[in-house]
Amino acid sequence: MSEATAEVSYLEHGHSLKSWLLTTDHKRIAILYFLSITLFFFVGGAAAALIRIDLLTPEADLMSNEGYNRAFTLHGVIMVWFFLIPSIPNTFGNFLVPLMIGARDLAFPRLNLLSWYIYMVGGLFTIAVLVLGGVDTGWTFYTPLSSMFANGNVILAATAIFVVGFSSILTGLNFIVTVHRLRCPGMTWGRLPLFVWSIYATSLILVLATPVLSITLVLIAAERLFGIGVFNPALGGDPLLYQHLFWFYSHPAVYIMILPALGVISELVATAARKPVFGYRFVAGSSIAIAILGFLVWGHHMFVAGQSMYASAVFSFLSLAVAVPSGIKVYNWTATLYKGHIALDPPFLFAMSFIGLFVVGGMTGLILAMLAVDVHVHDTYFVVAHFHYIMVGGTVSAYFGALHYWWPKMMGRMLPLVWGRLSAIFIFLGFNLTFFPQFILGYLGMPRRYHVYPAEFQTLHVLSSAGASVLGLAYLLPFTYLLYSLRHGGKAPPNPWGATGLEWTVPSPPPQHNFHELPTVDGPPYQYPVEVDGEREAAHG
Amino acid sequence: MRTIAPLLTVWAALLALLGLTVGASLVLTGTPSLIASLAIAGLKAALVVWVFMQLRREGGLMRVMALGAVFWLLILLGYLVLDYATR
Repeated sequence: MSEATAEVSYLEHGHSLKSWLLTTDHKRIAILYFLSITLFFFVGGAAAALIRIDLLTPEADLMSNEGYNRAFTLHGVIMVWFFLIPSIPNTFGNFLVPLMIGARDLAFPRLNLLSWYIYMVGGLFTIAVLVLGGVDTGWTFYTPLSSMFANGNVILAATAIFVVGFSSILTGLNFIVTVHRLRCPGMTWGRLPLFVWSIYATSLILVLATPVLSITLVLIAAERLFGIGVFNPALGGDPLLYQHLFWFYSHPAVYIMILPALGVISELVATAARKPVFGYRFVAGSSIAIAILGFLVWGHHMFVAGQSMYASAVFSFLSLAVAVPSGIKVYNWTATLYKGHIALDPPFLFAMSFIGLFVVGGMTGLILAMLAVDVHVHDTYFVVAHFHYIMVGGTVSAYFGALHYWWPKMMGRMLPLVWGRLSAIFIFLGFNLTFFPQFILGYLGMPRRYHVYPAEFQTLHVLSSAGASVLGLAYLLPFTYLLYSLRHGGKAPPNPWGATGLEWTVPSPPPQHNFHELPTVDGPPYQYPVEVDGEREAAHG
Repeated sequence: MRTIAPLLTVWAALLALLGLTVGASLVLTGTPSLIASLAIAGLKAALVVWVFMQLRREGGLMRVMALGAVFWLLILLGYLVLDYATR
């Protein structure tokens, strides 16, 4: 180990701007992604703040109808494509997959950098949309509104998403090849960390689904620019065809957002409990099962759109089936925690928060998957609350859990545990106060995408907006103390949490080429407890 | 040079098939026209995959992967047809 610590860390290896912008080191590219998606997280968050302030009064005093449409569209587009989809795979996946499988980098390091540049070009297009006045179709770009009638910057926004799609495809391809080809000796498929399994499953979706979205966006442009009839009935097209194509991508995209989070939680739970993950093979297999089933359920977005009842019944059944692999994960995490020696560190609190919110989001998903009930709550705030429980309560909690868990590894600095615990608690409380009232609002009939509403809904809307302000401040908190820790945090040892996994065998932050000598794996994963000679206690003071 | 010859042959074949598509659309109408154009399109795709995408030089695993992609396309088209056929 002493030989390894003497190596220059990836952070020390060149300080110039050029050494960052032209790097092919997966760890530095992960940091580039981290900085860019953080920027977009705050831009998308600002749009959410406008929406919640506007909804404080029934008359919607802050924005015009047009302005409100543009605010929620921008919020959706930025949060889905520029934060949630790249969040965990492109930052933690990039940083950790090579370290976890005992490789020196991803299979295609230059492609990895290209993928970041493509992401940034897509991001610049989005900023251009914002500066030029926005787009008002909703993040779903439903036709014929988007292709014939919307007067915003539809083509520019579609181009931004088209471009960023290529970044997704290249990243997915890179991970698939890396996991197949660059595992170190002894790192068999049955020994892969569960985070790698989930990133692998996510990559399959990225590669198979994203091209369909790209083609669909091109078809919108063809109809809008050249009047070629694809989706517009007046031109001989079919608007429902658009919804089929869009959701064939966008439902799997939901799993692109949640699968990496599920992988993160498996790591956090095992470390917190100091026990092997219960039913490793089932947890790994359920990631693949979710990825495959995710492709068979898109029609549940179209139950009231004129789709045939027969098709709806099939899609309803398949959607309910997704609960099985999801349930396997939640039960196995619970079984892992049973009789574990649990440490209440910030990553664990985020993991607990994730599990609770994911279960609420998942169970309300089952309600929505049922044909008759969906008719009542379709396009209401019930749906808005449901998917925010999965995407924000789930994915963003896991993202912050991952950030707190791997921060010492990435930056070589310890973070203040008390502040970490506080922010986990505030995020959980703020989140529930924001989104739980929306379940009730939706059930009572408050439609989504409306900003003028009957006065009797105001109390619940005010509660939701109050929660959003708690949530917004709670999200700012980690960025304050994490920045503080960069300068004032204690130096992180290689394994501050006493965790298993190859990433914890290298110094924090890791050397430029990760491993002095490529490791050899000779046992199953998650062999707890780990003896770290009081390192954990020393690290956390 | 030897590697270019099959590419040129396939290119010529693709152009010929394109001509056939145009011809079929002029001669046939209704369902026979649809079947003919889909069959020709399938043949063209197969030629591209086999020669341009070099599947003929690859082993079993790669061919299975390519079939997997076709299977994925069939999921999309299959369930789409399910809706249209039962609406």
